[in-house]
Amino acid sequence: MRNAFAAEITKLAGQREDLVLLSGDIGNRLFDKFKEVAPGRFFNCGVAEANMVGLAAGMAACGLRPVCYTIASFLTYRVIEQIRLDLGYHHQRVVLVGTGAGLSYASLGATHHSVEDMGMLRLIPGLAVLAPGDAMELRPALRAALEYDGPVYIRIGKKGEPVVHEREPEFRIGQALTVREGKDAWILALGNVLPLAIEAAESLAAQGIACGVASMGSLKPLDADFLRQAFSQSAVVATVEEHSILGGLGTAVAEWKADWSAGGAALIRCATPDEFLHQTSHQSSARVWAGLTAERIVGRIRENL
Amino acid sequence: MSSATADLERIAAELRAEVIGLSHRAKTPHLGSSLSCLDLLTALYWQFLRIDPANAADPGRDRLILSKGHAAPALYAALCARGFFPRTLLEEYGRDGAALAEQPAPGCAPGVEWATGSLGHGLSAGVGLALAGRIQGRMYRTVVVLSDGECNEGSVWEAAMFAAAQKLGSLTVLVDYNKWQATGRSNEVMALDPFRAKWEAFGWESYEVDGHDFAEIAAALACAELPGRDKPLAIVAHTVKGRGVSFMEDDNNWHYRIPNADEVAQSRRELGVDQP
Repeated sequence: MRNAFAAEITKLAGQREDLVLLSGDIGNRLFDKFKEVAPGRFFNCGVAEANMVGLAAGMAACGLRPVCYTIASFLTYRVIEQIRLDLGYHHQRVVLVGTGAGLSYASLGATHHSVEDMGMLRLIPGLAVLAPGDAMELRPALRAALEYDGPVYIRIGKKGEPVVHEREPEFRIGQALTVREGKDAWILALGNVLPLAIEAAESLAAQGIACGVASMGSLKPLDADFLRQAFSQSAVVATVEEHSILGGLGTAVAEWKADWSAGGAALIRCATPDEFLHQTSHQSSARVWAGLTAERIVGRIRENL
Repeated sequence: MSSATADLERIAAELRAEVIGLSHRAKTPHLGSSLSCLDLLTALYWQFLRIDPANAADPGRDRLILSKGHAAPALYAALCARGFFPRTLLEEYGRDGAALAEQPAPGCAPGVEWATGSLGHGLSAGVGLALAGRIQGRMYRTVVVLSDGECNEGSVWEAAMFAAAQKLGSLTVLVDYNKWQATGRSNEVMALDPFRAKWEAFGWESYEVDGHDFAEIAAALACAELPGRDKPLAIVAHTVKGRGVSFMEDDNNWHYRIPNADEVAQSRRELGVDQP
């Protein structure tokens, strides 16, 4: 996803003079083309994320559209007050792009796991939280974020994730993207687990269960119309995410459902547990630890059908 | 004393009386912190900043961020006296529903450039304003007023290093070095000294001035006017908390105390301003 980000942001920089890219000392060579296309509009802000976000807010106040890019865990946890005050409270149009989100950097240890980021950022009034499902979805999500009237956080994976969408989908902030229809169950995928959700749905289809899949690229605002439809028409709705069971998509949907009186489908939340992962793990084994496998998702949906 | 300096002294005395009245009527604290930076704000708003109260949002205007948001009454009093908004707005300070709160909210009044109150945010925002000016080809200057206690925050030094790396000559910091923070002597809590040398070591052109001496403040600020600057400018201004009122000066109780009617009257006598 990060190569798609670099390509799209470079393309956009050629189209709009207000776009400024700030990096927290990562992306070596990734933005060489950007620097050619937009000289004077790329800043390596160093290993100083709080200052990066604060100065981005100042730039936005002057009408620029800054995009801050660094590793998701450092862009969010460390900087939460700048995000809350300089972006949220001031309502500044800054786009934060957190790379290596979720368990993408599992092997680097818990310092680099970002499985609480969305729970934190979802609490900030006026800030949109996006998690595109693949590189195709990321491009329109980035464009939508730059047009959004308020700050936006986009969490993306690393490089080389499978591409799900054959072409760029029509991404709208506040709208779920249906990838696959189904009447018996729905899997709502957040971010880079979209291919996993499709794998699970295909497995269910082979067992005669019609399971829809939607990419919940817009966690906040959440698509309530879509949720009403999914919970009305099916027996099970499963949320899947590389994020803690606390605060992410599963929580957001549970909160929505608590206020929805019509009952409807059972909700299953597939997420990382409320604990640190101490054992050395690559992303695939970290997903096994969290129960984020197609087999486990299929099993849990079947138990509830 | 030159007549220009005498004018500034008179303005500052009136602003001090104003700020003391605001604290008394609205029952809000941080009076000592407001009084220590008042001469700096007077020098900036009456001598240095290229601003037009009638066109407060002019994209080419100089920008001032009061990063020590707890001194907001000093900022409000200065902006009001400078004609940015009517007195009626100032008189509602601190009331429920008023535009002007204890610490400035975003866009709360013309001339307020940034909402502050949590320390350590203003300098980064100021770096952003200054860099935006460079990107957009505007020649304005950006000034950030910090407190000494605020310089405990690591984000201040992140911003300081970045501004120097970017050779942000349009950026000026004034530190209100009143030697107190909320609950202790600044240098006993965190070793700020050698304070000016710290800024110098961080790549800034730096000066030390008496923050209550308008001639010294003006001389240091004049350095910000030099063409072709490639370093940000830091002015460490030695100030006295509670400056201007004998029983408040250097008494940190006035970080939180609120003056009663007698204390307001005595302050006004000492400041030589007329009774209301």
